[in-house]
Amino acid sequence: MSKLVTMAEAVVRHVPDGASVAIGTALEPAIPFAAGHEIIRQRRRDLTLIGPISDSLFDQLIGAGCVATVCAAWVGNVSEGLGHCYRRATEQGQPRPLEVRDHSNFSISLALWAAAWGSPYIPTRTLVGSDIPRTNPDLDLADGSVQVRPVRPDVAILHVQRADPEGRAHLWGPLGISEEAGLAASQAIVCCEELVSSEVILSDPNRVLLPETKVVAVVHEPGGAHPAPLQGFWQRDHGHYHEYADRSRTAPGFHEWLEEWVLALSDRREYLAKVDTAGLRVRRHLHSAPVDYGDE
Amino acid sequence: MATSEYTAQELMVAVAAREIRDGELVFVGMRLPILAYGVARGTHAPHARALYELGLMRDRPPAGFLGTMGDPPNVTGALWATRMSNVMALLAQGEVDLGFIGGAEVDRFGNLNTSYIGDPERPATKLPGSGGGADIAIMAKRWVTLMSHERRRLVERVAYVTSPGHGNGAGWRVRNGLAGGGPVAIVTTLAVLRFPEGGGEAYLASVHPGVAVEEVLQRTGWELRVADRVSVTPQPTPEELAQMRRLDPDGFWTGRR
Repeated sequence: MSKLVTMAEAVVRHVPDGASVAIGTALEPAIPFAAGHEIIRQRRRDLTLIGPISDSLFDQLIGAGCVATVCAAWVGNVSEGLGHCYRRATEQGQPRPLEVRDHSNFSISLALWAAAWGSPYIPTRTLVGSDIPRTNPDLDLADGSVQVRPVRPDVAILHVQRADPEGRAHLWGPLGISEEAGLAASQAIVCCEELVSSEVILSDPNRVLLPETKVVAVVHEPGGAHPAPLQGFWQRDHGHYHEYADRSRTAPGFHEWLEEWVLALSDRREYLAKVDTAGLRVRRHLHSAPVDYGDE
Repeated sequence: MATSEYTAQELMVAVAAREIRDGELVFVGMRLPILAYGVARGTHAPHARALYELGLMRDRPPAGFLGTMGDPPNVTGALWATRMSNVMALLAQGEVDLGFIGGAEVDRFGNLNTSYIGDPERPATKLPGSGGGADIAIMAKRWVTLMSHERRRLVERVAYVTSPGHGNGAGWRVRNGLAGGGPVAIVTTLAVLRFPEGGGEAYLASVHPGVAVEEVLQRTGWELRVADRVSVTPQPTPEELAQMRRLDPDGFWTGRR
């Protein structure tokens, strides 16, 4: 059964107000910026964002007023430094107060694995001696270890290189916490660079990221990760992150940026028309050797 | 810029690179350590391997510039592309020899704060958070931090311990069950601070060329202990500079942009 929908439909159906959303789970690459921008356009409110190191998408969603809680290891702008909207929200309560549940990269991964495995908690030696367990109620100190409670997203949004209409997705390169986020989530939205036939995907089932039973929507969204890189398709647009850092330094500057790059646009196609896509497209293609799934 | 001239960041990269021993498994992180790993690998540590927490292991540094560890050139030629929890598995088993952590605030025992300045409930400044920093600080065999040398950054006691160093002194890590050995050096824009074998309080080990000991003491927020013989940090060699400028031709990370 085809799960193909537009980005707008996917967000209307599967990202309600108050939802907890895992997004940007591969860390710096493959960030579903297009999905985040649609969430902003639809003016979602009271979301909980879940992620590891989140590049500037979390900052944008926070600045747009969509977010009540952040459950993450790091929020900022990776190549530029601080996230200005994140700072305004946590320091001044603007545009609204924000609850922060700090994690480390390892502990947010473990929290998602705990949810994925149905475990009440996972004990670990990381975060022993850190103040993070003191300020995050999801982390308990016990017997010289830290017990990481499960974090279960309502929806995980994942950008991948290719998927079929049924929602079977191939992602390659570093995966970050994408697998545990998808398995822990009640539902997953797959945004794909290329929409391909099931034959292509099922020729390499080892590379399928998630069980198709988790996937509720497939969005064909080429360029949907810009300015994040995507192996084989897009280089990282460092200049775009720099411009965002610069313009988001003040709240009015951020709102001008948001108007120009999100609110005034109806979809990703209009967005990409503003980007030097030719200069960012990966030109040197390096294909892996095919593997043999022969059976008799 | 002539090779005899260099920025403070280029010196820091060279110092960080020299912390990497040949054959080691290094948890690299971001920014200057990315360059430090490339320099070490291209000079004295040709058998080192790098781990990146998003899910990569590699040996040779990538051919191109990296704005982040997730840039496509860092994946090309990787030894392993995988999930984060697999990389963390090696760290958790104590197999990572050396890690690098960026810091906003550090204290005399090497504890790092990258989370909150002021009350966490209502912070004066919210910093980005741990990332993988706390994991490295707790579980790597040893680690090094790099930061700008300012009184507001090198403080008597950090307000919030994101990434624990030596806690409140020698023996604290063992008593509290921290798996790894803790920080061995704080590399700053002015000097190199080191820790005694077995942990404890940082001391001034070397000043960068042209920097006076007095200046370092003035710009440190606690009464800094000083080694019996403070040396001058060796300048970056032409070979080290050539390696880092190959990896960052525009000086994006090293202050030449």
